[in-house]
Amino acid sequence: MSGPYISPMSTETSPPARRPSALSTAIRQLTSRPLTLIGALIVIVFVGLALFGPSIAPYRYDTIIRGAARMPPSAEYLFGTDRLGRDIFSRVLWGARDIIVLPTVTTILSVIFGAAIGLTLGYIGGWLDDVVSRALDSLLAIPALILALVMLGTIGSSAVGIIVVVVILYTPIVARVVRAATLSLRTSGYIDAAKLRGEATTYILFRELLPGVLPALLVEASLRFTYAIFLTASLGFLGLGVQPPSPDWGRMVNEARDSFAQTPWALWFPAGAIALLVIGVNLLSDGLRRIFRYEGQLG
Amino acid sequence: MTPIIQAEHLYLDYKLNDQWVNALHDVSLIINPLEIHGLVGESGSGKSTLALALMNYLAPNARISKGSVLFDGTDLGTQSPRDMRGIWGRLISLVPQDSLAALNPSQRVGDQIAEVTHLHEGLSVKAARVQAIEMLRRVKIANPEGTAKRYPHELSGGMQQRVTIAMALSTRPRLLILDEPTTALDVTTQAVIIDLFRELIHDNQAAALYVSHNLGLVAQLCDRVTVLYGGEVMASAPVADIFQRPIHPYTISLLASLPRLTEGTETRLPTIEGTAPSLTGRPRGCVFASRCPVALPLCHEQKPPLEQIEGERWVKCHRWREMDSGELMIDTAPKADVSAAPPHASYVLTAEDMRKAFGKPSLLDRLTMRQPKVVRAVDGVSLRLLERSTLGLVGESGSGKTTLARLIVGLETADSGTMELLHVHLPNKLDQRTPELLRGLQMIFQNPNDTLNPYQTVGAQIARTLKRLGDRSLSREQIKARVVELLQAVRLPADYANRYSSELSGGEKQRVAIARAFSTHPALVLADEPTSSLDVSVQSVILNLLKDLRTQQGASYLLISHDLNVVSYLADWIAVMYLGEVVEEGPPAVVYTAPSHPYTEALVSAIPTPDPTAQDKRIRLEGDLPVELPTGCRFHTRCPRKIGAICETDVPPYREAGAGHMIRCHIPVDELARLQQSLPETT
Repeated sequence: MSGPYISPMSTETSPPARRPSALSTAIRQLTSRPLTLIGALIVIVFVGLALFGPSIAPYRYDTIIRGAARMPPSAEYLFGTDRLGRDIFSRVLWGARDIIVLPTVTTILSVIFGAAIGLTLGYIGGWLDDVVSRALDSLLAIPALILALVMLGTIGSSAVGIIVVVVILYTPIVARVVRAATLSLRTSGYIDAAKLRGEATTYILFRELLPGVLPALLVEASLRFTYAIFLTASLGFLGLGVQPPSPDWGRMVNEARDSFAQTPWALWFPAGAIALLVIGVNLLSDGLRRIFRYEGQLG
Repeated sequence: MTPIIQAEHLYLDYKLNDQWVNALHDVSLIINPLEIHGLVGESGSGKSTLALALMNYLAPNARISKGSVLFDGTDLGTQSPRDMRGIWGRLISLVPQDSLAALNPSQRVGDQIAEVTHLHEGLSVKAARVQAIEMLRRVKIANPEGTAKRYPHELSGGMQQRVTIAMALSTRPRLLILDEPTTALDVTTQAVIIDLFRELIHDNQAAALYVSHNLGLVAQLCDRVTVLYGGEVMASAPVADIFQRPIHPYTISLLASLPRLTEGTETRLPTIEGTAPSLTGRPRGCVFASRCPVALPLCHEQKPPLEQIEGERWVKCHRWREMDSGELMIDTAPKADVSAAPPHASYVLTAEDMRKAFGKPSLLDRLTMRQPKVVRAVDGVSLRLLERSTLGLVGESGSGKTTLARLIVGLETADSGTMELLHVHLPNKLDQRTPELLRGLQMIFQNPNDTLNPYQTVGAQIARTLKRLGDRSLSREQIKARVVELLQAVRLPADYANRYSSELSGGEKQRVAIARAFSTHPALVLADEPTSSLDVSVQSVILNLLKDLRTQQGASYLLISHDLNVVSYLADWIAVMYLGEVVEEGPPAVVYTAPSHPYTEALVSAIPTPDPTAQDKRIRLEGDLPVELPTGCRFHTRCPRKIGAICETDVPPYREAGAGHMIRCHIPVDELARLQQSLPETT
């Protein structure tokens, strides 16, 4: 039955298929959504900074330029200098790596663990699902930042520590999303058909179910990435990020806070960088969500 | 007499991907006062589009590019949105297909009905509530005061549909638009709702447009019928003319492709070859020409006009005169199925005392020692199925037929019961079954849209089955060749192997599913409602295909369907299930005629026949399936032939009523036969 919004007329056979390649579809989708394109460009610029920032930065992050403390932004010091006389532009460039790399690693790990847990729980169900899902839910009930503070306080702050903590925090969230997507697929005829030909559980999980939850998973991954950036920056701000003197945008914001009246630019630029990155990732993930909702097919 | 609706040369377009495509093409339609007008057509023919266009309710991406709709003499196209809001819901009401989606889940149903009269007729909230309860009484809801206080999800499908009907009728509209209002309901409920429509529409002095793909229902309910194909009117005539002397080749072929109860299993259904036209490529000539068995070169070149003959009949065909005079005939007689082979004498499957209950205690139940609610879906069912035969399993939804099939293939594990496949013990647990047994049992699923993995090509999915269960020694090339062979067996071109399911139509997906099921040379194929979501013309193709494959492959079927016509076309043995129990079994001809179990009798009587002159037997089952299992005979709460207390207290005997024909009823067989000769008064 055709509703009013859909095109009517199914074709009881199906004209010869014309499948555009996945890449050209993706490019077409991106260019037809300017906001998504802007998001993608921002993300690309920041990834570029993460890769090449240190080599284009005029100074090292810890170089103290004599006699140049508290300089406002100028042609020489693009973002100005802080109260110790360090070039903020260089520090922002150097700091890009941690703020991109840490969330990337944590996102990838939580997506892998979350997908495996979510698929298993959703497909197998039963008491395993009852117990594990409730346990994961209870983990979600505690505010992420507080839990992170407690854990980092215990194990001590380091890059690895941050990764471990954020992965522990985000895996349950990804698992929940994947589990929900799996639940809606597990009663499908093609899953039953796979069981009837005696497929192993792992085959059904990763070959039959995984492609179906992939769109939801990708959208969730981009969302997790945004939050991971924010969480990493927040931890930096609270002094639990990567330890000084290596530059951390969050900690830079915190340090600049005290001397905001004298050197407001020391706060503007790292804060602006965080905001811009988060906005860029958000725009991109928003676009991805739209694209995948309409194009459920990944081929 | 002004017609209620007069649509003149209506053209409607949809904007898709920045392009206008034409969905309705030169449609004219007249609905007179007090008329129930049937609108039939296959999916994609534009039925719903037309129904909504007639009430000037257009999708944001739709426009009427030419023509007009007069409602009671006023042109709806010239009304302001404000005026339209006064017309919708007051003068024109819609009863939608999906009643649950149409009702607000967070509002009590009584309040929802009251809102309509409060808004349109200015009744006070209190008066509107009283009126709402009265409306619920009129649609024969048993406890209207109690029901008014409920939320939609607390009602069964049939009750929800009654609520939407009550809502639609509460303002005494001049025109009711019924968009497939019973498609989602069981035949028994459907029959009751249809009776209700007939009564209410006449009581209300309203006219109605009844949109349906079910030709049987239309024959039973409507006064006039318009047949739509590819967004164009093919024919429009009084119901008797459409069904008794159709003159449009499409109407003739469509009617012929319906399986009917009276047909034996030794025939093949006539089918409509080819495929429906797509929106983007509307042909220059007649829209049906590419599938028409009697098309002339002219038909492909030039559109026929919609011609009026003998006052009330309209037809759009270059050759109607020849059809009408009998010079030209379309051969629609069912062909004898010469290849049919009789069943063997040995059993392919025996199942003894199968049981399955749902509602195992959950962790929470165990911790709190709470008694879980248990539903006994299959409760002591025994079946025997001869080789090369087909067992038809019928019953309402909730009768346990699908669960039984899933127990047999092992997708659910039976609580108890023993099964044998080809005289080999068949374990209840799927993971204990050997590859041999897996090979022997395959299943075709109900929903064509999720039967194939959307992320794998059609060919890959069939090949995977071959690799898992087929001959281990097959090489890559041999598997490829076999996939092509299987696709050809279900009449799909070889290049479909490289397609994804999203590039296939519903009928094609179901064919791939059939090819996949047959790839292992199964001894028994279980088909769960294989055609219920397909169009009539596609259904006949699939049914014929199933019949051919049975002969060619020597397989047996267990066919589940709520459509008794479909079952009788394929099955040579029928089992009727009610609340987890088989209440009657036997050969179809015997089961469908007296003496039969009162439940079977009601099921058969509820099937609408595509023949407006057919005597309506008027046995109607009131109420829904009980939630708690009744004591004594499970059917006693709804049985129109209940004989007394014994039905409530004693479990009825399973009595033999002729060769292999068994009936589970307290009424002796002879008595049943005598009772069923004469029709019951009313129920």
